[in-house]
Amino acid sequence: MRSFLKPLLTIAAMALGMTAAAPLPAWALVELNVNKGNVEPLPIAITDFQGGDALGAEISDIVSADLKRSGLFAPIDKSAFIEKISNPDAQPRFDDWKVINAQALVTGSVGKEADGRIRAQYRLWDTFAGQQMSGEQFFANDANTRRVAHIIADAIYERLTGEKGYFDTRVVFIDESGAKNARKKRLAIMDQDGANVRYLSDGRAIVLTPRFSPNRQEITYMSYESGQPKVYLLQIETGQRELVGNFPGMTFAPRFSPDGQKVIMSLLRDDGNSNIFAMDLRSRSTTRLTNSTAIDTSPSYSPDGSKVVFTSDRGGRAQIYVMGADGSGQTRISFGDGVYSTPVWSPRGDLIAFTKQTGGEFQIGVMKTDGSGERILSSGFQQEGPTWAPNGRVLMFFRDANGGPKLVSVDLTGRNEQSIPTSNFASDPAWSPLLE
Amino acid sequence: MGRIAALTRNPVMIALVAMLAITGCASKKTPNSAADLGLNGAGAATPGSAQDFTVNIGDRIFFDTDSSSIRADAQTTLARQAQWLNQYRQYAIVIEGHADERGTREYNLALGARRAAATRDFLVAKGVSAQRLKTISYGKERPVAVCDDISCWSQNRRAVTTLSGAGS
Repeated sequence: MRSFLKPLLTIAAMALGMTAAAPLPAWALVELNVNKGNVEPLPIAITDFQGGDALGAEISDIVSADLKRSGLFAPIDKSAFIEKISNPDAQPRFDDWKVINAQALVTGSVGKEADGRIRAQYRLWDTFAGQQMSGEQFFANDANTRRVAHIIADAIYERLTGEKGYFDTRVVFIDESGAKNARKKRLAIMDQDGANVRYLSDGRAIVLTPRFSPNRQEITYMSYESGQPKVYLLQIETGQRELVGNFPGMTFAPRFSPDGQKVIMSLLRDDGNSNIFAMDLRSRSTTRLTNSTAIDTSPSYSPDGSKVVFTSDRGGRAQIYVMGADGSGQTRISFGDGVYSTPVWSPRGDLIAFTKQTGGEFQIGVMKTDGSGERILSSGFQQEGPTWAPNGRVLMFFRDANGGPKLVSVDLTGRNEQSIPTSNFASDPAWSPLLE
Repeated sequence: MGRIAALTRNPVMIALVAMLAITGCASKKTPNSAADLGLNGAGAATPGSAQDFTVNIGDRIFFDTDSSSIRADAQTTLARQAQWLNQYRQYAIVIEGHADERGTREYNLALGARRAAATRDFLVAKGVSAQRLKTISYGKERPVAVCDDISCWSQNRRAVTTLSGAGS
């Protein structure tokens, strides 16, 4: 069986022709400004896709759930719909949708081609302007129904917000089961909405902190499988694993460089302190970036690869520092009241997410890359480890609340917190880039 | 219970254990000694055994929050460990460093490593050969106490001296 992560060669997008009689000026079209402080969710009607029996309703449900969880959309209950869509390509009766306050309307159809592929198409309508906003069709393998739905949700999100979507993505994480003092930890991967969980390790060794490669095909993580905790590389498709580097001591806290050519990580020194190294995956050469008698860990590259943000306790307690990718110019940027760790650079480059401990709480927050403009998005008794959605608008982290950790997402307003359903406890999430 | 079964099948060992129970009461005042706990006979440890080390010497020390300094009470324990380890040289030693859950994962891996190294360095300073000593950090992955307050966290901030090799 080919891997589930194999890029979908057969997903092909094609624009559908506009059916509106006359083009309207752009100002008439509904749109969301996600940069405003308080965004009212946009009422949107997502009708069942026509054809394909249960498939049509399934696709519309997945699209609806994606948009709803973003906090930017309020899908309208299907029972309120007045017009029953019979031809998704025909212009709908806009008055029927305006009266239930659906500002946007999605119609679509799904069916099987003679060669067995699924064909899905959607149209997005602005009901108040009385106009089609976008329309596309996709072809995909039978096994990728959910991906088609996520891709459609991304297209709608992008058309209405002007931002890239993040629904056609996956999350690697650690699945946790068993008692707290005897936890079984397994490397796992799933869709961003919690569907399609697959296990990538058997639970015999402790595994921690998985992170996606920018090419989506590899994961770097830490494992105790050899006895000594070490950083590994895993090819998701083949299951092939290899040790990263040949260092004498513990290696931990790995992350890929934005070009995927390097892994940056911490290496334990013999004196008990930890420094940051980068290893080139092709030449196997390593570069030392820090050399302090302190804990230097949790390095994360800026998206252009020119800088690295990391945690260090060189000033007494853990704080956030930024340096050049060659280790130059190490500068502290966090000065708030508390302990800062797990910095992660946003894929947009504008913000750094972190965990802050203060007043007996663990907070998830963001700051600008010079340390200014700190904002706390979520506070709790025990929570940590933010990871960015590829559009830089949503964070996922884990919260230990009822006997074990669970995954939670929060958007940059801090107002839209969502739990990610997992059957077991789950920790250390890392978001993939958009799939392709 | 395999150990007890093995002991009772071995008359020599039984005699030894009985002797230890008597001398233990008379000469040792370690509060955690097997004899004091009423474990006469089967539970009492043979001198020089791993059980002797754990029960009579104490295999672990504790740390303050976010610290790897060896506290005064821990120095006493480690001095006792060093004396024992210098007497029974057949063991290789792995020092496990642990952290409580009130820190983030990667930082705590580093903190556990620093605690293990500080413990190792103290034992080396007390004459234990560095060649016998290895360290490993478990960060916050192996708590022994699992409640959500300080009574548990203080038990989890620890370094545990574990014995391997001949005689363990």
